[in-house]
Amino acid sequence: MVIVAGKGGVGKTTVTATLAVAAARAGRNVLIVEVEGKSGLATAFNRPALGYEEQDLAPGIRGRTLTPDAALRDWLEGNGLKRVSKRLVQTGALDVIATAVPGMKDILVLGKVKGLEQSRDADLIIVDAPAAGHALTFLTSAQGLLDAVAVGPVRKQAADVVEMLSNPARCQVVLVTLPEETPVNEAVDTAFAIEDRVGVRLGPIVVNGCYPELGLTAASATAAAAHADGELIDVFVSDQEASDLAAAAAFRAERTEIQLAQADRLADSLPLPQIRLPFLFSSEIGPVEIEQLADAFVDSLAAL
Amino acid sequence: MNTPNLNDVVDHGSIAVCCGSGGVGKTTTAAVIAIEGARRGRRCVVVTIDPAKRLANALGLDELANEPHRIDVTRWDPDDARVEGGELSAMMLDTKSTFDGLVTRYADSPAQAQRILANNFYRNISSALSGTQEYMAMEKLHELHEDGGFDLIVVDTPPSRHALDFLDAPARLLRLLNNPVFRVLMVPTRTYLKIAGAAVQAFIRTVSKVIGGEVVDDIVTFFRSFEGMEEGFRTRAARVVEILKQPETRFVLVTSPRRDAIEEARYFAEQIGDHDLSVDALVVNRVHPQFGTELSAGLRARVETLRELELGRETERQARDRLAARYQNLAEFNEIAERERAQIETVRVRTQSAAVAFVPYLPHDVHDFTALAVIGRILFAAPDIGAKPPPGDG
Repeated sequence: MVIVAGKGGVGKTTVTATLAVAAARAGRNVLIVEVEGKSGLATAFNRPALGYEEQDLAPGIRGRTLTPDAALRDWLEGNGLKRVSKRLVQTGALDVIATAVPGMKDILVLGKVKGLEQSRDADLIIVDAPAAGHALTFLTSAQGLLDAVAVGPVRKQAADVVEMLSNPARCQVVLVTLPEETPVNEAVDTAFAIEDRVGVRLGPIVVNGCYPELGLTAASATAAAAHADGELIDVFVSDQEASDLAAAAAFRAERTEIQLAQADRLADSLPLPQIRLPFLFSSEIGPVEIEQLADAFVDSLAAL
Repeated sequence: MNTPNLNDVVDHGSIAVCCGSGGVGKTTTAAVIAIEGARRGRRCVVVTIDPAKRLANALGLDELANEPHRIDVTRWDPDDARVEGGELSAMMLDTKSTFDGLVTRYADSPAQAQRILANNFYRNISSALSGTQEYMAMEKLHELHEDGGFDLIVVDTPPSRHALDFLDAPARLLRLLNNPVFRVLMVPTRTYLKIAGAAVQAFIRTVSKVIGGEVVDDIVTFFRSFEGMEEGFRTRAARVVEILKQPETRFVLVTSPRRDAIEEARYFAEQIGDHDLSVDALVVNRVHPQFGTELSAGLRARVETLRELELGRETERQARDRLAARYQNLAEFNEIAERERAQIETVRVRTQSAAVAFVPYLPHDVHDFTALAVIGRILFAAPDIGAKPPPGDG
């Protein structure tokens, strides 16, 4: 099982889809579990939005949602309360319980994921974890509950979840970040917090949105150099175009340098293998783009 | 000259609510608006929710104070160029102590307040319940508006999964406090428990078994202690909504041109409309520059033509490849620029007459007053600066 975590806006869902495609290529049967109930995951595969029932997303890849409300309903049904479960969820009883026992929702969801894992229905389960600061809470809630609740089925559930999370053969967390200052700082903080407080094994960290190398050097980033290259091969480059080419090349060179510096800083602060995924200039993230990213992912993994 | 713009927000707004999804630069935008207001002679405060560490340091928010803290004028106005009377304060919202203040205010007696504040269930509500932060941000806004002595209050809003949590949070919390199942628990006699029906009884028994009797006791105690206080909360929540609807309140929708952020922004814009409110300004951060006017499709065709050139000498082939790489690079950036402008347009049509301002993709993070001033110049430099996307560097 792999849990994909990262702050909002870093491309967590895209990375989830990429991981799934890379794993499916290796012949693994993948199930993606979306715990927020709302994301562009299905769009990446050109499929209608995910629901509670599993659906096929691509050959070897299935997907479903798993929200706390649905997990509670399943849990109540499993405890002989099927008749009242719907009404209790509707009346907002879950909110009261979840407030009384912080982490209850996360435990219900993770407990259900554990059930899916143990059913061996898929070779690999990829969990698209909640965004923002919720990811850490999501992962620490089981341990927190274990510390707080002395006995009973919730404690048992929490203990099972902690066991699953802390067993590196069963579970890994893949952090996603961007090669920029604030996302790098947050990834470092999150990584240490996850290791210290959850004891989960961290897999490689994915650095998303890296400008691909184009072979443009600083010397290429002047209008004169563009003119010179054009003259050498007898291709006309207007003055306006030469200056646009130069400005764009300078922009990319500056950005690439900043990105590399941030990725290096991340490597210095966090001793984890890095997988760098390219920034995609295309307008939509669809199946074609996910395949491209999966290529880059596989190459990057092989180079580690 | 009647088109609304960001000048209107800082000159005539008494409240500016910055909303948008996480990671789009909401806090930064809020700070820039407050600084500009102060430069123009108004007494401004920026209420931040969860600022990135270095920005918090810059604003002097190292300590959670939950009260506005005046920022030394030499820091935000080093050139001494402000209009007389301008002041800048900042604060970071402390959800729990704001909630504690509310309980203390509405409790009938100090003893009742004490009982609630000491209750475990209350502690969870005030610190961990989702929606509480949004609610308290609005509560703080109310407090500062009623007796803070500020001309302009700029509030950041928590990054929510749901568009307008800050508008709906008070109502949702009240619903929780009035939960039919748990109201039953407030009534001590068994007779009522019988009336409550088998389903509720079974549920409560199960809950006790699962989460433990102590936790259920905490819940019961909380609901009993809270009895009679809902009315005060409800009135206050209604007042917050009123404040948000008054004409001097401005909504600033902040986004980045990324597809997911744009989708959220569109949704926000619709929701704000559904609440009979309007977006007064749209700020788009981190917009890529467009270099020149050539479209990406033509540039890509140029790359193909160049690559097909058959050349004899190695130096020529190198020159060809370098030139093709330059064109590809230009095509890629202009493609992003085209796509971003198309995305932004889909939000702009939904925000109707809102002022639109673009902030270019800057090379470094914004975490000091110098960088905030740079953004301020971009947002406020000229009356029509927001009308067009930023030009490329070239």
